[in-house]
Amino acid sequence: MNRLLPRALLTPAVLAIAIVSIVPLLITLYYSSVKFSLLEPGEHEFYGLANFHFFFTDGAFLPALKNTFVLMFSVMLITVVCGVALGLLINDAFPGRAIVRVLLISPFLVMPAVNALMWKNMLLNPIYGLFAQVSLFFGLTPIDWLSQYPLLAIIMMVSWQWLPFACLIFMTALQSMDKEQLEAASMDGASYGQKLRYLYIPHLGRAVSVVLMIEMIFLLSIFAEIFTTTGGGPGFDTTTITFMIYQQALLAYDIGAASAGALFAVLLANIAAFFLMRVISKNLVK
Amino acid sequence: MAYLQLNNIEKYFGDQHAIKGIDLTIEKGEFVVFVGPSGCGKSTLLRLIAGLEPIDKGSLRLDGRDITALPSSKRDLAMVFQSYALYPHMTVFENMSFALKLAGVESAVIRDKVDKAAAILDLGKYLERTPRELSGGQRQRVAIGRSIVRDPKVFLFDEPLSNLDAALRVQTRIEIAKLHRELGATTIYVTHDQVEAMTLADRVVVLRDGQIEQHGSPLELYDRPANRFVAQFIGTPSMNVVPAAALPQLAELAGSAAHGDGFVGIRPEHVFLGAQRADSLAATVDMVESLGVETLVYSRLENNVQIVSRGSERTSVHPGERTHLTFERGFVHHFDRLGNTCASARGAL
Amino acid sequence: MSQLLTSHARIATAKRTTPVKHQLALHARTAAAWFFALLLFFPIFWLGLMAFKTEGQAIATPPLLFFTPTLQSFQDVMARDNYLGYAFNSLLTSVVSTALGLAIAIPAAYSMAFFPTRGTIGLLKFILSSRYMPGVGALMPIYICYQYFGMLDTRIGLTIMFMLMNLPIMIWLLYTNLRELPREILEAARMDGATVVDEFRYIVLPLSVGGIASTALVCMVWSWNESFWSLNLGAANAGTLAWLIASYSSPEGLFWAKLSAASLMAIAPIMALGWFCQKQLVQGMTFGAVK
Repeated sequence: MNRLLPRALLTPAVLAIAIVSIVPLLITLYYSSVKFSLLEPGEHEFYGLANFHFFFTDGAFLPALKNTFVLMFSVMLITVVCGVALGLLINDAFPGRAIVRVLLISPFLVMPAVNALMWKNMLLNPIYGLFAQVSLFFGLTPIDWLSQYPLLAIIMMVSWQWLPFACLIFMTALQSMDKEQLEAASMDGASYGQKLRYLYIPHLGRAVSVVLMIEMIFLLSIFAEIFTTTGGGPGFDTTTITFMIYQQALLAYDIGAASAGALFAVLLANIAAFFLMRVISKNLVK
Repeated sequence: MAYLQLNNIEKYFGDQHAIKGIDLTIEKGEFVVFVGPSGCGKSTLLRLIAGLEPIDKGSLRLDGRDITALPSSKRDLAMVFQSYALYPHMTVFENMSFALKLAGVESAVIRDKVDKAAAILDLGKYLERTPRELSGGQRQRVAIGRSIVRDPKVFLFDEPLSNLDAALRVQTRIEIAKLHRELGATTIYVTHDQVEAMTLADRVVVLRDGQIEQHGSPLELYDRPANRFVAQFIGTPSMNVVPAAALPQLAELAGSAAHGDGFVGIRPEHVFLGAQRADSLAATVDMVESLGVETLVYSRLENNVQIVSRGSERTSVHPGERTHLTFERGFVHHFDRLGNTCASARGAL
Repeated sequence: MSQLLTSHARIATAKRTTPVKHQLALHARTAAAWFFALLLFFPIFWLGLMAFKTEGQAIATPPLLFFTPTLQSFQDVMARDNYLGYAFNSLLTSVVSTALGLAIAIPAAYSMAFFPTRGTIGLLKFILSSRYMPGVGALMPIYICYQYFGMLDTRIGLTIMFMLMNLPIMIWLLYTNLRELPREILEAARMDGATVVDEFRYIVLPLSVGGIASTALVCMVWSWNESFWSLNLGAANAGTLAWLIASYSSPEGLFWAKLSAASLMAIAPIMALGWFCQKQLVQGMTFGAVK
């Protein structure tokens, strides 16, 4: 078997990915160790770990860390739980299922920026937004979501966008279940709850790990929603690590500090990826 | 000179020694059947010959040419897969003509060859259909047709009948036999079904654990098995084999000196039920299976040894009854402690 | 075979003995499913509705469900910004980046699926994990690189970025797809005399068209919706529809109808595509979750 051919086929891809992940990494590494602020032109003197120190002691750091995790895990939890529930609901045929699927895909297709604006203006606005209108209808005082519960608002937006994705993956996974196994369980007298526990949920294990894996990629880098709605605020309430880096780079023009933060984000991402890869490795490749 | 020659073929899968040194010679036009229990390596051996797995040691020669290191595409062999492996996105015609098209044959010639093969296999009406639209039996014929069109040096069949239902299996078996008579092509056929082996083969190769236990004509293996494994593998229900010590009478009938620690065997059709005689043994009937054409009786001797007998006469014995078993002289096999044959029926050895 | 038939008969009888219960369950499920589907879809519906209102109608309290639709907002948006220009950029960058990505990813996935080595799984994990870094982490180096090569605010620049962004997932999706091909069919092709190139051209490619289409669709959706890099590496010239939306995000006032119109115009094309090819899209979305 020609040994050269497989390697040749792989080369462009590996090269592209290596360049786009390793080269920026090296450059960022360099920047994080020098004093580099666009506001103070001059030589980049070696700063050592000062940038890191600056980044970690920033008032925004700990809240950002907390917010990052809260955001990620909340969205993952909501999408998986509701996704499984919805998936089970639409798994068996019913009239109009095809249309329901089309409706369900739709949030996934919306641009994140549009998503954010839609929620900010049309739904969450305390005066004219729909949520406010509905609360008024029920005689309650409308909540100013973006001021009072900003992180929750972001979580809602992002969950809304990713729920269909999770739901459709679970539905497809459920459709591939062994029907005979389910019938045998029915004949053995299993209730729906028991079938759920012993058949459905174990089968979904692989699908859940894929959902979590893909979501983690995108949730770590949530940007547009925060940028368009709260700008990280009020205070640091909706600042995530990603957003904090952005603020350092493009708002405070401190490239050095931003690079330090970026390295931290890379570390975070790799830790998350490592754990997740371990968990799904067995499921992923058979 | 041999048409296909296997010399000391060996194959490892990781640490597992799957094929342990196979030597075999196949003549042109022979129909050879590889048979054996699951995991014996028969399919692996076929795939080694086909070139779908690399040979680790040994050599393979076809028609004088060393093909050990050649890729499958250049060996001039055709294979019928167990799952047929038809190209799902092509029509029957395209399936059958694919190899010729790759070889750059003119389309007029392709058309001609495919039509001829389709005629032999009665596929004429299905040429424009896709595999999805065919039944199992039809797909199987397309798989065979695909091989015939190529006119290869050797045909390889990998358990082709195992996915068919019983009736279709018998029918297709006969068709394959007829095809071999008509085309006279050298064929290697893998199966775990020894009925297929017995009926189709010019020569049967019995494999176990990556080694050849015995090879020869079907009747040779039946009458003169080289060891206990072959004796019990060929023939259903299988030969009665018991420790010699448990049945000294049988050992005597075998006519050999006391191999007290060996085994004796006798086929069910040479065991008779009946009234007590001088040389009979008392037994209790455990179970009776009436198959219409013959009756199988499972009996238990006084020392708890189970013997199966087979007779073409309908019998009136019932489970639980007592009866007497006699054994036909001259049809007893004798195996030593390791299972190798010391004395066979019909005077051989 | 007969066992299956008897068990089916038994199930059927079991169901027949409680028909009313079964019907009720069906109705309940249908109602619940439709309820949640409509609930999830509602914000988009509302957005669409608002695009056809006047500004006054848009902020009316209580919210108006029935009104005379007008295309005024759309006209305003077209007048204010170069919608067609942005739309064209979106289309160009999505399509070309996906095509380029496939040209690189298909050979790579083919190599990994059919010529696996001990390092293949590790390579796959490396490829996938490279995607985990938030874009913001690579923003500065890439921005500076782009500036150096004069690629800022160019369509080529954006196209390359989108392609690189989607490449890891594309490879993974195609890999999973290719592994699904039955091995025996490829072996049959080899026995028929097919070289590696023949095998790819006549068997692998035709049989994996569905998987390739699904992958392409998902990546197109992602490229179209991409906001981070388009905003940072693009500008008025090469900006995609994300730019159009961005210009509406600064609070100039309550121009909701125009905002909705702009939003609708930005998302409508890709939504139409998604609806049209929903089966393929869902298949692509399932990301090898289902064997």
